[in-house]
Amino acid sequence: MSAPTESPLLTTPLNALHIELGARMVPFAGYSMPVQYPSGLMAEHHHTRKAAGLFDVSHMGQLRLVGPDAAAAFETLIPVDVIDLPVGKQRYGLLLNDEGGIIDDLMFFNKGNNELFVIVNGACKVGDIAHIQAKIGSRCEVIPMPEMALLALQGPQAVTALSRLAPGVEKLVFMTGGNFTVDTGTQKIDVFLTRSGYTGEDGFEISVHSSQTELLARALLAQPEVKPIGLGARNSLRLEAGLCLYGNDIDETTHPVEANLLWAMQKVRRAGGAREGGFPGATKILAELADSTRAGGRKRVGLIALERVPVRDHTELQDGQGNRIGEVTSGLLGPTIDKPVAMGYVDVAFSALGTQVVAMVRGKPVPMAVSAMPFVPTNYFRG
Amino acid sequence: MTIKYTPDHEWLKIDGSTAVVGITHHAQDALGDVVFVDLPEVGKTFAAKDIAGVVESVKAAADVYMPVTGEITEVNEALRADPSLANSDPLGAGWFFKVKLSNASELDALMDETSYTTFSANA
Repeated sequence: MSAPTESPLLTTPLNALHIELGARMVPFAGYSMPVQYPSGLMAEHHHTRKAAGLFDVSHMGQLRLVGPDAAAAFETLIPVDVIDLPVGKQRYGLLLNDEGGIIDDLMFFNKGNNELFVIVNGACKVGDIAHIQAKIGSRCEVIPMPEMALLALQGPQAVTALSRLAPGVEKLVFMTGGNFTVDTGTQKIDVFLTRSGYTGEDGFEISVHSSQTELLARALLAQPEVKPIGLGARNSLRLEAGLCLYGNDIDETTHPVEANLLWAMQKVRRAGGAREGGFPGATKILAELADSTRAGGRKRVGLIALERVPVRDHTELQDGQGNRIGEVTSGLLGPTIDKPVAMGYVDVAFSALGTQVVAMVRGKPVPMAVSAMPFVPTNYFRG
Repeated sequence: MTIKYTPDHEWLKIDGSTAVVGITHHAQDALGDVVFVDLPEVGKTFAAKDIAGVVESVKAAADVYMPVTGEITEVNEALRADPSLANSDPLGAGWFFKVKLSNASELDALMDETSYTTFSANA
């Protein structure tokens, strides 16, 4: 289904385990990755929503920014409050280019002792690390962590399964984390984990040394709540949760205002804030923020089809008169909501909730309503 | 009743001058959980290799090609209502449509079961 790649694919530390579990492997972000296991995408999606799913996301990039100036330096690259993020907390961020376009979206965590831990997208990691190194490498140490793998354990029973092996993780709340020891029964594995994820469910993302990743994965899969989940269900879960996929929903040609990611820009970095601006593209982005109508601009919105026809990426959106008003950037039949859902960009004049637009699917009009996201209520643990 | 197969992983069960058409076990396995089918209009005539419909899983969409030239005489409304039949019973209850053959000699170019088994194993 996927185009063959020129260069040999990289593998994660769980490659042999994926094959043993019967996964269908596909090229993704330069890696051979499991798109689904024998139970299939739908079953995997539903299992994650009701129990717990284990995802191998080791293709993602992990790095550390270290030094007394690291937080201030990182703030020059993202329109986000880094300096005031408390120790032990995690935050979402956007790496911007000089035009305010989104180079990547990322998560960062304040580990204390002048150290930030950053997770970036797999397909962007080489470019991201080069960009960060070039821009702030003189102000702090930029330390890639290719020796580390990343697992996500997601779902309402993730905490039950993980706390059995790593007591204490149940005390974490959403977007916090720390160092823990996972006791597999035969071995103790040191990990760094956060209570976060990409499914809209409660869960954890676990950074573990590649030499111990398979041992950790097998210990988690041995828990009765846990099944392995592929990238296919990861995509349907994140779309139902209203979360952007970099490369589809956001990229270097989209900026945070039209991408409807203003929630990621804390007030301190906006006009009138104590550290207003000072990030790439700030002049443009702050001007757009000040222009409340943004006439002629576009906005990322959620869409639900009013007929049971899946509306996929790159489908043209029209008004009732056949004029092009936008395009779908991600779309599929949401297994939990059991309706075709999508996100896409529309002219701001069509972005109000409830506005009806028309998706042209193979030449046939499919009515869609602009809808609030997430499509499925999130289930984060906030204590 | 003769069964023939196409390189597009469709099957035809031929009964006189009509054929029932569906997708193969290999096709449904490659697609994954089927969630939507778009079926042709009854009464419409297609040439061989025309796109007659669409089958979609959560992760992918695939065209359904007309395997032979002919007129659509019936479509499987049960499949439209429950697309998962294409997964659970691809060669039976998950059929797509029936076609009245315009040119039975087109069948000669299609694969028999032995040839298709070899073909799909290498697909």
